[in-house]
Amino acid sequence: MPDLSINFAGIKSPNPFWLASAPPTNSGYQVMKAFDAGWGGAVWKTLGVPIINVSSRYGSVNYRDTRMAGFNNIELITDRPLVDNLKEIEEVKKYFPDHAVIASLMVETKEQWHQIIKDVENAGADGIELNFGCPHGMCERGMGSAVGQEPAVLKTIVEWVMEVAQIPVITKLTPNISHIVDPGLAAVQGGTDALSLINTIKSIVGIDLDTYAPYPVVDGKGTNGGYCGPAVKPIALEMLKNLAQHPDIKSTPISGIGGIETWRDVVEFILLGASSVQVCTAVMHYGFGIVREMQSGLEEFMREKGYNNIYDFLGKALPNVTEWKHLNLKHKVVAEIDKDKCVGCDLCYIACDDGAHQAIRIPTENGNRIPEIIEENCVGCNLCSLVCPVENCISMVQKDDGSKHLTWAEETDAGNIPTTFNDDRAGGKHHFVPTVQDALKHRK
Amino acid sequence: MSEYKRPTSEAEFESNFAQKKPLMNPTEAYFESSRCLYCYDAPCIQACPTGIDIPLFIKQIHTGNLTGSARTIFESNWLGNACGKICPTGVLCEGACVYNHQDVPPIQIGRLQNYATNHAMKKNINLFSPGEDNGRKVAIIGSGPAGIACACELRTMGYAVDIYEAKEKPTGLTLYGIAAYKITNEEVLDELEYLKNQLNLNFICNHPIQTEADIAKLEANYDAIFLGVGIGPTASLGMEGEDLPHVVGAVEFIEDVRMKHHEMTVPKKVVVIGGGNTAMDAASQSARLGAETVTLAYRRGKESMGAYGFEYKLAISAGVDSLFNAQPVSIHSNGVRFIKTQATNGKLEYISGSEFDVEADLVIKATGQAKHGSFLNKINNLNLDNKNRIIINDSFQCTNPKYFAGGDAVNGGAEVVNAAYDGKMAAIGIDKFINNTIVQ
Repeated sequence: MPDLSINFAGIKSPNPFWLASAPPTNSGYQVMKAFDAGWGGAVWKTLGVPIINVSSRYGSVNYRDTRMAGFNNIELITDRPLVDNLKEIEEVKKYFPDHAVIASLMVETKEQWHQIIKDVENAGADGIELNFGCPHGMCERGMGSAVGQEPAVLKTIVEWVMEVAQIPVITKLTPNISHIVDPGLAAVQGGTDALSLINTIKSIVGIDLDTYAPYPVVDGKGTNGGYCGPAVKPIALEMLKNLAQHPDIKSTPISGIGGIETWRDVVEFILLGASSVQVCTAVMHYGFGIVREMQSGLEEFMREKGYNNIYDFLGKALPNVTEWKHLNLKHKVVAEIDKDKCVGCDLCYIACDDGAHQAIRIPTENGNRIPEIIEENCVGCNLCSLVCPVENCISMVQKDDGSKHLTWAEETDAGNIPTTFNDDRAGGKHHFVPTVQDALKHRK
Repeated sequence: MSEYKRPTSEAEFESNFAQKKPLMNPTEAYFESSRCLYCYDAPCIQACPTGIDIPLFIKQIHTGNLTGSARTIFESNWLGNACGKICPTGVLCEGACVYNHQDVPPIQIGRLQNYATNHAMKKNINLFSPGEDNGRKVAIIGSGPAGIACACELRTMGYAVDIYEAKEKPTGLTLYGIAAYKITNEEVLDELEYLKNQLNLNFICNHPIQTEADIAKLEANYDAIFLGVGIGPTASLGMEGEDLPHVVGAVEFIEDVRMKHHEMTVPKKVVVIGGGNTAMDAASQSARLGAETVTLAYRRGKESMGAYGFEYKLAISAGVDSLFNAQPVSIHSNGVRFIKTQATNGKLEYISGSEFDVEADLVIKATGQAKHGSFLNKINNLNLDNKNRIIINDSFQCTNPKYFAGGDAVNGGAEVVNAAYDGKMAAIGIDKFINNTIVQ
């Protein structure tokens, strides 16, 4: 049986599955239920200054029949009294001494930071997460993402925290910034023990077409929310990679957050350098039980690959994420359609013809809807295989023999790059384009 | 009027007996699994006698964790593959699917289940291993689903298990008693082989346990004994003409179909007597074997039939005719004599002078099975109820504490899935008994 336990910057947890600081960690009741269901850790809903919440708080993006493919909220940090939260943290630790309880914090002054750190340490928290990410409401008061967007301010506050903290400190970053490395580096320079990302992304998920107000609507008005859920995963993975590859950051443990719902998501985050993962939207959708699928899948993956613990494959994909200029220009793939599996929807044809590179034709014989690849036109873009609704029907087949390797960087170094469009070495010079007559053949 | 031609080859047999729940292809499984809502405290789980975590295994299929999915299934039900195919899912898990409430077709749970278990079986993925030998021995009488489930569970706990089977091949009714369009012989035996390889199950076939001496020997050699003996052959109706050569029991008829396939022949005119699921199976299979007319005769009205609605519909769609309120009186060389009946306040009355004849070259009695009462009575202190069903407690223990029982021998005749559950639970009871932790 693979060992799922982790030691994350000194925070021990029976598995890497943590609840993110959010509504699912609003109370001891929820956190205990979650631990009982199989979660290894929980980052408590952010404790801080007194706030008032609005009614109507969440909005979602439904994609076809999938509810909450994207999700946003305008809820603030906890509105429950600090003393109640501290009491419940203490209680949870009594029942679950081996699970990780991390207190998310957000206050303003140095004195407030020092005081609240002492409070949560006294309550028995295993770690602290600094909420520098919340992109709605709290940032208007100079907290949350307002801090995360100013690396210098962020560094100062991390320093305040590190002056007194006796337990590991995780700095949670906002994705609402051009270069994630800047705040990441500032946090590391400020002395943080670990990082976590991403917090939610500024968003408007939709507009009510009758009241002309953005969702979630509060008495005819709305505001930007924080976007999360499956839709944000690609953004989170990219930012995680940027931190995990950075020479001055990569030795700092990172907790991955952003759209994690299945074991595959978990493995992807680990492969890009996250040694714990945090989940919120999937739990808000399906409840704590969702962790069983994650755990089972992670274990099967590890068994199949022969990994004993998650450190065996932590960051294993990082060396393969490079810059465009280092990609092999001599690699060539071409689409191949399995005619026996094809159902004749011809989505690949129209996607290619209208949306890409005109490399698929439909045979002219009456009634035949099975498309054919025009191999000499196919640039190997993948689009047809992505739109195909049938499993394993269109595959991308390698055509080069793998013996040649040439990159833009190498060509640049060798002074061998095209400088005019008329250069035979230029990529688009022999690009096939159909004629005007072809374009207008259906014109009435 | 039946529409099937008599099958003269295995290919024609397979066509007439096309599987009702064929294996899904990857595209089907992808789309179907994506539809599951992952309900909280899901009604489908509650409706499954073995309590399989259905939303979990479906999500595992969707995320490409087919091995994990199969593990989820087999951990709850040792006959996960057979049950996916032969369970009456329409009245169990799929009947409970919340989509039904909005007239959206329910998730095809049975077929998804097979998609996962088939993956594990075809790739021979080891999901289980025997527990460390604990030096204790258990005998299992009967290798049907209850016996197999009990044996598998005991093996994982480290017990040595011998399974005694009277017939030539194991798996009991799963192989011999299920309509051929629900599961193939190969599928039944593949699952058995798969379990056998992982858990080293020891079957002792062609070895009926019948006499006091047989029983004494088992009692002397084993720490506990599990009775998974099922129920017996078709019961006698005590009717004139019942012993004529063209009269057979439904259980025996179904077994013949399973074993002989296209080499089995049925004459032109078949009458099936009974209104339960076994009657439906016998009638449906007669039609698929090419009988010209198949008449299903039931002594009460349609609404009183014990068969599931979908089983009745399946028989009708195969071309079976039905005859209600007809009580057989006697069987003759060329047919059956019936008398018309009517039910007054639930009590069946015969309408005098209403006798009529239905022509038949073959009469199939699907009117219940005899119990193994005479065998069971040879075991000391083993109490049976008034229907000759074995009495057990919450731990599946019999009144003779060395014996445990489950499946049809206890419930009088139910589904394979019920037997699979009983067998597993009885194993847990046996373990408690042997470790002296049973609560009386």
